[in-house]
Amino acid sequence: MIDWSGYIGLILQGAVVTIELTLMGSVLALVFAFLAGLGRLSRFGVVRAIATVYIEFFRGTSIFVQLFWVYFVLPFAGFELTPLQAGVLALGLNVGAYAAEVVRGGIQAIGKEQYEACTALNLNRWQRMRHVILPQALLIMLPTFGNNAIELLKATSVVSLISLADMTFQANVVRAQTGSTAVPFITILVLYFIMAQAIAFGMRLLERRLSRGLDGVRL
Amino acid sequence: MEWDWGFVREILPALVDGVKITILATLLGSALAAVLGLGLAIARRSRNHLVSKPIGFLAEFIRGTPLLVQLYFLFYVLPDIGILLPPMVAGVIGLGLHYGTYTAEVYRAGIDNLARGQWEAAKACNLTTRQAWIHIVLPQAIPPMIPALANYFIAMFKETPLLSAITVLELMNQAKSVANSSYRYIEPMTLVGAFFLAISIPSVLALRWLEKRYGRLQ
Repeated sequence: MIDWSGYIGLILQGAVVTIELTLMGSVLALVFAFLAGLGRLSRFGVVRAIATVYIEFFRGTSIFVQLFWVYFVLPFAGFELTPLQAGVLALGLNVGAYAAEVVRGGIQAIGKEQYEACTALNLNRWQRMRHVILPQALLIMLPTFGNNAIELLKATSVVSLISLADMTFQANVVRAQTGSTAVPFITILVLYFIMAQAIAFGMRLLERRLSRGLDGVRL
Repeated sequence: MEWDWGFVREILPALVDGVKITILATLLGSALAAVLGLGLAIARRSRNHLVSKPIGFLAEFIRGTPLLVQLYFLFYVLPDIGILLPPMVAGVIGLGLHYGTYTAEVYRAGIDNLARGQWEAAKACNLTTRQAWIHIVLPQAIPPMIPALANYFIAMFKETPLLSAITVLELMNQAKSVANSSYRYIEPMTLVGAFFLAISIPSVLALRWLEKRYGRLQ
């Protein structure tokens, strides 16, 4: 008979790492998403080009390849990263590229009349973005951001392959030590699913919070 | 560490072997996802809640959990109940099952997007349900689905490196094994990245063309 309490503890330790990775990766992805998404709408051609190359490059290669590249190739260029740093960086860059398109789409979905109204009110570019365009665009972006965050959560499992002790890694440790396969893998599948549902739930709350005061605004 | 073209030439045959497996896995996985997705979409439309509810939950579950763990499940857990799958078969089933839940959404949206009026008009013209499907619904519903499906097949292609974790000798696995035996990571990893870009950039351009031609699913 296997004493599961210790092994469950191991998997929960992994769950903490998975949650950390998801949170840090999401923050980084959000930063890259707004930088690149706004960059693609920039007045300056150079900025647009850089943003486009970033987005196409990271959407064109897989997270797996990017992670290995960051972890194994960057050290030769003098950037020695810990598995956690490599994981967060790769996740942030990858999901940021997808979310950048969401940012761009959200902003472009705002009607011309909003811009004209801003001109009529004599708002400058910054005020227009901050007070008129973004509050409306954010609401359009939010559901897709939720999906992006869930994709990021799922992608964290890949970091187990560069020996970062996340939930998937720990499940493999448990498998190797106990010889039991069903218990560790079904456990983490359920845990991943619960985390994904939590993200979806949180996003719905946020959406309701942000849409306050915007009733009557056509979206 | 310098880029070494001699080493590139040396490892290229191994990588090309991997490319073949990667492409094969993508094609088989796409075919499976296309069929499974249709099955899932039809099952979810079933009026029998004992069918539609569990299937809906299963699809949600598969979509909310990582493909990598699902692959481990197929590869390590199923043998315990007597189902021993070769790595490649487990990989293709994993890809097909995971993306089948996404293509199911494409089918669902494609059919639901068609305005009710089309059905009513078909009825008014005294068409049978079968005729309505064949002559009215499908010809309008299928074209916008094509780019949306293609989008997921491209996404699947980019996830095939995960199959290396269950010992399928696709491109990433070949690259890792040559890298591990030579301690040179720059060339193999960069070539893998270049290969993915070389396939996915033209596919994205093709996708934009498809969207222009067939319209976009909301």
